[in-house]
Amino acid sequence: MPAGLRLLRECEGETPSRQPAGRRRDKSRLLNMADVTLTVDGKKVTAPAGTLLIEACKTVGIEVPSFCYYPNLSLQGACRMCLVKVEKMPKLQTACTTVVGEGMVVITDSDEIKQARKSMLEMLLGNHPLDCPVCDAGGECELQDMTFSYGAAESKFMEAKNHKEEQQWSPVVFFDRPRCILCYRCVRVCGEGMDVWALGVQNRGVSSLIAPNKEDHLECEECGMCIDICPVGALTSGAYRYKTRPWEMKHVGTVCTHCGDGCKTTLGVRRSDTGMEIVRGDNRDKSGTNGDFLCIKGRYAFDFANHEERLTQPLIRKNGKLTPATWEETFALVGKKFAEVRDKDGGSAIGVIGSTRTTNEEAYLLSKFARVVLKTNNVDHHRTADFPALSAALRGKPDATASMADVYNAPAILLIGNDPTEQHPLLAWQIRNNVRLHRARLYLLNSQPIKLRRQATSFTQIPAGTEGKVASFLSGDDAAANALASPSTNRDAWTALRDKLHEEKNLIIIFGAEIRGNDIASLIAFGSALEGAKFICLADYANSRGAADMGLYPDLLPGYHPTAGGSDFHQEWAIPPTAGLDLPGMVEAGKSGKLKALYVVGSNPIGRLNIDPFACSKSFVVVQDMFLTETAVIADVVLPAANAYEKSGTMTNTCGDVQLVKKAGEISGTKADFEMIVRIADAMGFDVRKLVPFGGGTHADMGQSRGAQSGEADRHAVWLEMQGLEPKLTPLDPMAILDEIQRLVPGYDVSRVNLLAGNIEHTSLTKSGPGAAQKPESISPAHDGLFTSGTLGRYSRTLKSVMESHEVKPAEVAAD
Amino acid sequence: MCNLVIGKLKIKTGVPVFNYSITKLANFPIPMADLVSHPDEVRVVSRRFGQGAANLDRYLELDGYKAVQKALAMEPDSIINEVKNSGLRGRGGAGFSTGMKWSFVPKQSAKPKYVLCNGDESEPGTCKDRLIFEHDPHSVIEGVMIGALAVGAKSGYIYIRGEYRYLLEIMQKAIRDAYAKGFIGKNIFGSGRDLDIYWHGGAGAYEVGEESALMESLEGKRGIPRIRPPFPAVVGLWGGPTVINNAETLANVPHIILGGADWFAKLGTPKNGGTRLFCLSGNIAKPGVYELPMGYNLKRMLYEVGGGIPNGRKLKAVVPGGASCPCLTAEEVDVAMDFDSVAKAGSMLGSGGVVVVDDAQCIVKFALRTMKFYQHESCGWCIPCREGTDWIKKTLMRFHAGGGMKKDIDNIQYLAENMLGRTFCPLGDAAAMPTIAFVKKFRKEFEEHLDGRPCPYEKAGAEELVHA
Amino acid sequence: MKFSDEFEARFAEMVPHYPTKRSALVPTLLYAQDEVGFLSDEVIAEIASRLDLTELEVRNVISYYSMLTTKPRGKFNVQVCTNISCMVRGGEDILHHCAKKLGIGHKQTTPDGLFTLEEVECIGACSWAPAAQVNYDFHENLTTEKMDRILDEYKKKATQ
Ligand SMILES: Cc1cc2nc3c(=O)[nH]c(=O)nc-3n(C[C@H](O)[C@H](O)[C@H](O)COP(=O)(O)O)c2cc1C
Ligand code: SF4
Ligand code: FES
Repeated sequence: MPAGLRLLRECEGETPSRQPAGRRRDKSRLLNMADVTLTVDGKKVTAPAGTLLIEACKTVGIEVPSFCYYPNLSLQGACRMCLVKVEKMPKLQTACTTVVGEGMVVITDSDEIKQARKSMLEMLLGNHPLDCPVCDAGGECELQDMTFSYGAAESKFMEAKNHKEEQQWSPVVFFDRPRCILCYRCVRVCGEGMDVWALGVQNRGVSSLIAPNKEDHLECEECGMCIDICPVGALTSGAYRYKTRPWEMKHVGTVCTHCGDGCKTTLGVRRSDTGMEIVRGDNRDKSGTNGDFLCIKGRYAFDFANHEERLTQPLIRKNGKLTPATWEETFALVGKKFAEVRDKDGGSAIGVIGSTRTTNEEAYLLSKFARVVLKTNNVDHHRTADFPALSAALRGKPDATASMADVYNAPAILLIGNDPTEQHPLLAWQIRNNVRLHRARLYLLNSQPIKLRRQATSFTQIPAGTEGKVASFLSGDDAAANALASPSTNRDAWTALRDKLHEEKNLIIIFGAEIRGNDIASLIAFGSALEGAKFICLADYANSRGAADMGLYPDLLPGYHPTAGGSDFHQEWAIPPTAGLDLPGMVEAGKSGKLKALYVVGSNPIGRLNIDPFACSKSFVVVQDMFLTETAVIADVVLPAANAYEKSGTMTNTCGDVQLVKKAGEISGTKADFEMIVRIADAMGFDVRKLVPFGGGTHADMGQSRGAQSGEADRHAVWLEMQGLEPKLTPLDPMAILDEIQRLVPGYDVSRVNLLAGNIEHTSLTKSGPGAAQKPESISPAHDGLFTSGTLGRYSRTLKSVMESHEVKPAEVAAD
Repeated sequence: MCNLVIGKLKIKTGVPVFNYSITKLANFPIPMADLVSHPDEVRVVSRRFGQGAANLDRYLELDGYKAVQKALAMEPDSIINEVKNSGLRGRGGAGFSTGMKWSFVPKQSAKPKYVLCNGDESEPGTCKDRLIFEHDPHSVIEGVMIGALAVGAKSGYIYIRGEYRYLLEIMQKAIRDAYAKGFIGKNIFGSGRDLDIYWHGGAGAYEVGEESALMESLEGKRGIPRIRPPFPAVVGLWGGPTVINNAETLANVPHIILGGADWFAKLGTPKNGGTRLFCLSGNIAKPGVYELPMGYNLKRMLYEVGGGIPNGRKLKAVVPGGASCPCLTAEEVDVAMDFDSVAKAGSMLGSGGVVVVDDAQCIVKFALRTMKFYQHESCGWCIPCREGTDWIKKTLMRFHAGGGMKKDIDNIQYLAENMLGRTFCPLGDAAAMPTIAFVKKFRKEFEEHLDGRPCPYEKAGAEELVHA
Repeated sequence: MKFSDEFEARFAEMVPHYPTKRSALVPTLLYAQDEVGFLSDEVIAEIASRLDLTELEVRNVISYYSMLTTKPRGKFNVQVCTNISCMVRGGEDILHHCAKKLGIGHKQTTPDGLFTLEEVECIGACSWAPAAQVNYDFHENLTTEKMDRILDEYKKKATQ
């Protein structure tokens, strides 16, 4: 039986084969438990029966030290750091395994307890190498901190320490046994949290060691959670080791730029010759929805930023060759050309392709720039999900979308299509851990036996391409059952499944790109009949949802308002009356010579969408990108762009969760897309105050902050000042347009304080525009796996080395 | 009513049904271990030793499978009460009341219940279960069966340490024979009850003798103990309520059922019913496994039963209950060998392994060898046990080799005292307790090793340990 | 991977004894080792797949138990106990004697592949100390002379 089915069997109630009885954490048992009252260090504590003492202590601000205890992982009782005195018990008890009891009297701090903790540390340090000065964890080490607190500084140990050579387990994971304190966090997070089970414990006693599944190396999802969770420097990151000291870095919490899940990643940055270099990614403060989680991309794949092929100078095609040029020359040229085409051939001769990885502000600005400055509706982006159809179907329905956080708490989840483990790692984590800790029911319908079936209450394998039929069947089309029925799942089984789903309250219905257009409407019709059901539509890139919400469509403005008219935008913007060309339309227009100019911002349609590179040979092509991509090489002008880790703004994940993007790194010689758009508008002679609502400064003041008079950008500055934040603002600062977005784009009127504080704000589609009948066939999934990330991923050394070590050919996984 | 004559004792039994008479000791060819005897012995669990009782027919001749038939006619609660009243306490080491333990098993359980026989016997100094398995395997089976009837279990497992391969074979044969006769399996003795018993072999790990680690091992995992509570009686093997008892404990049960609680209780001292298999080993003239009543005087055991210290040597110390028990000095051996009296004397009755140490032995080396054992056998789960045993072992090695410093003595004691009561399972205590006793009671001997002096007890030219 | 019929019979009998397949792991490993001599990669892979475990899980278990080994050993594994009861009765002398006679140390194997020597923890023969086990056979109340005879006999057995 394959490993997966074994676990499936387990969740059906058979004996757990991996975790010892009594060590499992099942938080569902805590729900609906009566409260008990106890006394800790003289303080009254009330907690639900079943709460662990160590957690109860936290609620009154008493921190009981621990190494092996880790919230939501199975209990170990191994490090003995959490020993406390429980009245009437002869020995000290471990707070991490003791459950609160009514009337319990607990002391967490006494001479006896201090001594116990001190001696644990002494014993640990006996065999610990104490190479803190060169250890990656130095300064961020729980063992160091604990030693500082309990003062086990005097060394009683004279014997030779047990030694073992350091091992490299994968391109990104190194293991140093002597530093390991055997808290088993890594083993648990890999097994229980990730369901990968790539780590185990080899040998026994003092020679015990953490071991990878392939004897001397790892075969796993390379998430690096083991490294992050290691309290000491036993597991270190191949991407970061020996690079710097933690206190030499600035830590910037921002949003991962890879998939559509929107993990918060904290980037450690350091000054370098060329700007600010990102040296580390992790989830240091665990404040994102992803909590403990990051996948390989969020953790390591920031390294494209200083790839040697990174563009750091504008390029202009001269004599057929892309030749370095100055910014002034370049903006002047682009501005002149764009203005010429617009004035001569009309805006409809210009095409604009936006990005799924730029910020909301940039996507919005581009959408606005196209309509207002270029006077064209020829706007599109690489679509990986049918958000317009979703928005149309959900219009008027309050609270119908689920956030990423909801997925962790929902009592039941229906997932049709997609393979979250590969394409939406955080979503997979949320689902898995919801099932593990809260016993959520997971209904899975997929054409492949995806890994999440191990967590599924029910898994139904369907032929590829019949996902839409499932939607019809669920919405009541019984005829669809004929097409779906198979020997393993007959008509009755299908009906039974539908009946079962009908009983679910607060079900979250998640679907991938397999379901589009009218099928989305069917699915939503089905879900809307259930009590409390919510939806998530899965798109592939970091800001796919933002690109859609911000109206990077030929027929839709921000908020899914049709270009045809009827929205607030039509009062504020001068919008070309007819819908524009979509991407294939632009390509056709290019071929026939009707498309005179093409502006591509942070997108590689030639590389990713199989477009004939000669299609636009007659057009003036301007590309903003980090690298000379397949699209950039055919351009007339290439502008070196900053990436999402090098700018500020907001992004919206696939669920509709908006988060703040913070600038971490910087490479000199690049500019943010936002600034470049503004500067092109300026070069076209457009009054940029009409584009970016900032104050009454003059043209020459661009780049300066302004006094608070009029304009939303200035209000933003005032607002910042009032909140005690730094009022640094220029019309080139993307935040200058956030007010306008918040005012005009339905759903984006979220709390600014929360956003700026780094929290997540969920947007709803309730008040969105009616959308439009999009062409479902225009959706082209990215087909990214765990180790790929579109064009960007190709420039990550880490991803590349991991793929090589896994012997996955990039071409195999990235083909689309 | 009939009279029982066991050894020198005459006891009235309350069992009229069966002819529960003492079988005469016969001189059967004994394949492996030499049997010894002494007139003070009171033979209960060892009454069939040397009688060929591994053979089922022979076992039946010797009152075999009568107890289980009697138990089948009893209410589960009265079986438990009988065992409770007999004063039978665990022979595995901790000495917990067996009847009490059985009574903790919930009557109703969604998961199957189990009885588990702990035959992992690995405590240094202990070699008694081995004799039971070899000479009287069916008595263990019967004990497991009665336990199962008492707690409502439908299956039992007999776990035997891996090194005892020949005993595993004997046990397999015994179980197969019992199945063949229909004593175990479906509808046992026509009672309408089903009861299965299986054997299981270990593969070398002392820690697996610890009850929860044993369950992990039986489930095919590393022998890492479990967090308690929940206790095995509530959540044990495969999550089901489980009774776990030492082989000797279980082998006593059929005798209690047949002989009656009163009879059994009176064999020993108050709250310490029955007899015990004492394994005399070390510097003693007549080492061997003797079955003596609970409360038997240790001094008498050493000098009368064991024949005293050979080679004209004097007694230095006795480890009264296996390596984990603090030693008693020559002055402290006038003690009754029952759980409570030995505890009062500052040690433990443990598993019945009485290791005698004469005055030619070096206590430092003895302490080192003891710690080397615990260091080797620590499962490594918790910090104090894993690191503490390693540290003390290393220090003692240096110390014994002549590199000792005065502060080492304090340090050893400090480490042991800081392990005590703070480890994940009792193995840490088992390592700490004897160490503390060695240092406290023989500090002078430790001091004799200081200042680079060679070990005063080491024979000239003795080699270093082959394996550190 | 092929095992003997005897192994297969044992395995087939054992597995249904338990509610989980995995429970048969430890004895199965020991029986496989008896047959193959050690737990080779091939054996590990086979047993892992039979019991629905990962190889890592099997290796983790193997390395926990001192009788299980992933390295080849001699035909006869001479395991001398030096724990307390044996030690005070000369167990170490027996060990040293074997080491000298065989010319090998702890966990080493003679060049002819006949003997492996191992210093072991208490084997439950305390009252008959000093004791040793050669493979599964117990040898008790040892003296160096007796040990000589025992080793010679095994050697003879191997060459017969
Ligand atoms: C480290 C350790 C090793 C143990 N080894 C054994 C053993 O080999 N045999 C045994 O019967 N009990 C052993 N025990 C005791 C068991 O945990 C348990 O108490 C016993 O099997 C219960 O049976 P009883 O109540 O009949 O004594 C050991 C305990 C510890 C802490
Ligand atoms: S590697 Fe780190 S996390 Fe894992 S057990 Fe060792 S110290 Fe703990
Ligand atoms: S946190 Fe309780 S023992 Fe480690």
